[in-house]
Amino acid sequence: MAAQVTERFHVLAQLEHLQSKYTGTGHADCNRWEWITNQHRDTHASNMSHPGMLSHIAVVENESRARTRFNLLNRMVQPCGPPLEKSPLEE
Amino acid sequence: MHLYNLTLQHQTAINQAVHGAFSGTAKVQEIAIGRGNVIQLLYCDPKTGKIQTLCNHEVFGIVRSLMAFRLTGGTKDFLVVGSDSGRIVILEYHPEKAAFERVHQETFGKTGCRRIVPGHYLATDPKGRAILIGAVERQKLVYVMNRDAQANLTISSPLEAHKQFTLCYGVVGIDVGFENPTFACLEYDYEDCDNDPTGEIVAKTQQTLTFYELDLGLNHVVRKYAEALQDPGNMLIPVPGGQDGPSGVIVCCENYIVYKNLGDQPDIRVPIPRRRNDLDDADRSLIVITYAMHKTKLMFFFLIQTEHGDIFKVTLETEEDLVVEMKVKYFDTVPPANAMCILRTGFLFVASEFGNHHLYQIAQLGDNDDEPDFSSKMQLEEGETFFYGVRPLRNLVLVDTMNSLSPLINAHIGDLAREDAPQIYALNGRGGRSTLKVLRNGLEVGEMAVSELPGNPNAVWTVRRSVDDKYDANIVVSFVNATLVLSIGETVEEATDSGFLATAPTLGCAMIGDDSLLQVYPDGIRHIRADRRVNEWKAPGRRQIVRCALNNRQVAIALAGGEIVYFELDVTGQLNEFTERRALPGEVLCMSLSEIPEGELRSRFLAVGVSDGTVRMISLDPSDTLAPLSFQALPSAPESLLLLEVRPDDNKGPASIHLSIGLQNGCLLRTTVDGVTGDMLDTRTRYLGTRPVKLFRVKIHNKDAIMCASSRSWLLYHFQNRFHLTPLSYTSLEYAAGFVSEQCPEGIVAIADNTLRILAVEKLGVAFNFVQHDLKYTPRKMLVHPSAGVLMLIESDHAAYTDASKTRKRNEMADDIEKLAVEPEEVELAKELADVMRNTQLEENVFSSPRAAPANRQLAYHNLLHCSIALVQFSQIPDMYMALVGCGIGQHLRHPATNRGGCIYTFLLATNGEKFDLVHRTATEDVVTAIHDFRGSALVGMGKRLRVYQFGKKKLLAKCENKVGLKLFDLFCEVREGGGGVRGYASILRSLCVKLRGYVLRIVYQFGKKKLLTKC
Repeated sequence: MAAQVTERFHVLAQLEHLQSKYTGTGHADCNRWEWITNQHRDTHASNMSHPGMLSHIAVVENESRARTRFNLLNRMVQPCGPPLEKSPLEE
Repeated sequence: MHLYNLTLQHQTAINQAVHGAFSGTAKVQEIAIGRGNVIQLLYCDPKTGKIQTLCNHEVFGIVRSLMAFRLTGGTKDFLVVGSDSGRIVILEYHPEKAAFERVHQETFGKTGCRRIVPGHYLATDPKGRAILIGAVERQKLVYVMNRDAQANLTISSPLEAHKQFTLCYGVVGIDVGFENPTFACLEYDYEDCDNDPTGEIVAKTQQTLTFYELDLGLNHVVRKYAEALQDPGNMLIPVPGGQDGPSGVIVCCENYIVYKNLGDQPDIRVPIPRRRNDLDDADRSLIVITYAMHKTKLMFFFLIQTEHGDIFKVTLETEEDLVVEMKVKYFDTVPPANAMCILRTGFLFVASEFGNHHLYQIAQLGDNDDEPDFSSKMQLEEGETFFYGVRPLRNLVLVDTMNSLSPLINAHIGDLAREDAPQIYALNGRGGRSTLKVLRNGLEVGEMAVSELPGNPNAVWTVRRSVDDKYDANIVVSFVNATLVLSIGETVEEATDSGFLATAPTLGCAMIGDDSLLQVYPDGIRHIRADRRVNEWKAPGRRQIVRCALNNRQVAIALAGGEIVYFELDVTGQLNEFTERRALPGEVLCMSLSEIPEGELRSRFLAVGVSDGTVRMISLDPSDTLAPLSFQALPSAPESLLLLEVRPDDNKGPASIHLSIGLQNGCLLRTTVDGVTGDMLDTRTRYLGTRPVKLFRVKIHNKDAIMCASSRSWLLYHFQNRFHLTPLSYTSLEYAAGFVSEQCPEGIVAIADNTLRILAVEKLGVAFNFVQHDLKYTPRKMLVHPSAGVLMLIESDHAAYTDASKTRKRNEMADDIEKLAVEPEEVELAKELADVMRNTQLEENVFSSPRAAPANRQLAYHNLLHCSIALVQFSQIPDMYMALVGCGIGQHLRHPATNRGGCIYTFLLATNGEKFDLVHRTATEDVVTAIHDFRGSALVGMGKRLRVYQFGKKKLLAKCENKVGLKLFDLFCEVREGGGGVRGYASILRSLCVKLRGYVLRIVYQFGKKKLLTKC
């Protein structure tokens, strides 16, 4: 019994460690908004970092590459709008 | 599975460019460029103004950032590379090997271009004590750099400067002299926004300019100071400090550039000036896209570039270490760049974001001209700005261009020009700088001179007067029954006193000994001494000389019937015949002697091609002169031979001997000759063309190269540690020789039909040569007429003006000016201004295309985006081709992505493809992203639907439809017909905006039911 408890704490601690180390790691209470916001941020970061993708988007939008990069960074702030209202039960 | 691969044509876009003294040679600067998966080192030759590629290095990864880095007191720059490898890599360039070598490679994270894995940003301490490598979000690592006892570069373990929930827009190293290294970051903290359901905090949160200090004593990084910014910034520019300047940083924000520093320094803020009478959307913010800094002991300045490519010169005025004024002045307009570098030699290298890259000479710094200075001291209301007019280049002079295919939008491979070899038709570029490039495999040949000769010559040589001469003195041209000698000077003229026998054809000629000439003609050998004394050796009666091989001291001739006579020059400069002759089992077809290796008296081997289909190696060693050594049978009779001694690059070790054999069947064989036994090993074959292959020795980059003439001409040369065999993009040549003159240090003189041509090959190492045709808008797609050699292409740009809408907008703006004027004088002036406005049309390939404001777009100025084009043969009119162009109307790309439907224009194509007429327009519910000919009807992909259309008189008639069910509005779909019998399938490939992941959907058309069914 005691061993199980420590193991569970151990796993929890590991998870917390992962979450603090790798931004975007999910957790059991992760809601739809959190998940999709992370997806979008990952995607924008990736698009910005791959030179070919950045050029591609710049051509489609008829913008300069620097502007496209700037836009993508700005969109990483809140790609999917503000978070959901937290229900009082969660507190 | 991933395979490492080398492409025929490496990437041509330049994403990063940094300059520095990478070779470590005093006062020489090179430019290191990142081309996606290739790192190159460029050198801009101050004498010729040409860009040379010193080194080309495949990295098999993605280069995301580059930075030059120099240790304190060092004279050589290292190259720091941020890539997708999850590592920081420091490279050193070794000029003697012409290669980069890795000095350090430290792993810190996962591979891939990820959000929190560093690699996107690099910054170095200007004093060379630390490097910061940063990610888009959260992570920043600082490495302390030092020297060990042997003066080698050392790297520390990384120090973390992470901050959760923080986006990074830019990082630079601040010049703080020898105080603790400090880095400035442009950051955005979104933690509070993520916890605020109302969305109010997002509107309030500002970017911060944060300073990180590396405490060298405590060996850790502290967040020293952070300051909120008034305007959102996109870039930081470091300002020189210490002796050279005030230190600090320039923050490039939307519409403003702001100088900031730690301490008492107040912010110095200047609006970014705008173009006067610009058609561009006036509500759009202006941003700086790139910058270059130039620093000398006395002054420094920045060149900053805005989105249209306008460059401004930015200078700072200081009073007692405080900056009091910032001045901005319009400099010139060049293509918008990914990076710019100013070199000490006065060059400005512009790595364009799209299209060709340029090298400019800075002719003047724009100090004393009538261009107005815009200063931070001029008081302007918030939101107001300065205005300037654009003009052609004044301060810069274009000196060289590097071809770029980026962005390559579409390409077609085919022999439309009927040239035997296919061409690549590539659509590339963006907006007004778009081009259609025709690529041909081959080297570009510069034609220096073409002159007609009185008849069709057979052969051509160049000879020098003496061993000390740098340049060739004569061109010798041989005809069927005569020889013409031309002297090379300012012009090329006929020389009469050369001592050559003019009444016979020449088989070979060369300078022999120190200063005499040798002419071999069918009846003998003529040895012309420097004082014009002539010694002749006559061929034995009725036996003519058929072939010869010469070098500086040795002469071998072949008599008809297959006998070889050998001569050698003695110390007195006399040509002596060797007592014996060597008979061969057939006629001699070709022979070759290599140049005499340095420090030796003779070349050891004579290669002879014999009519029995063999090539024989004959010894010229004094101990066994003319003894046969080895022979090799050939698949076809030899036409030409060339023996070359190739010295290793570092000039150490023995030279290797290569024999190239041109065969009559059009193949080139290359073998290595054993330096002792004369054995021929390691034969490689290459097909060159339909005609027998002739080989000629020429010089390229001071090394021996071989020019091969067949139905096409090829050049075999050594470049960047590799042998290249590349065709020349030029008419076929019959005979060639190296040509060295003052005007043309490494040329080729060649004959083609009855002309003598002097050629030069400059752009070495490239696989393709480009012919460029300018386009007006970004090309989207093209199609090739099946019978006529005609290309049709569609061009369009998001949010662009058409010619008509541009004129309308210009007139509207002119009318506005006129309306505003009230007083009579004002009216006069306004009228003038308005007229100028109406009549100025900026060239869009120089000054970029304006972007229409959303309001103007709503008025359908140019709101049609051409998306697809296809040739369709409708079953109702089977003998005619229709060109269908699919368009989208009123597209918004996001927030949310919407459109106001689409349409298909049907054009009737004339049989020879020369003209097309509009038949009708068919409105559709969605953007038409793909069209394909499909069994006498048109298969059309639009939005989520796939539809079959047939031809009708007023419009196309929809026959059946399938709702694909996928959100196709941001998909680029391409419909291909395949399969056989009654079934066809269409595949929808590649999503556009999300990621390049392929969705392939199989759709089956049931003929009986006229239905499209989705199959998985």
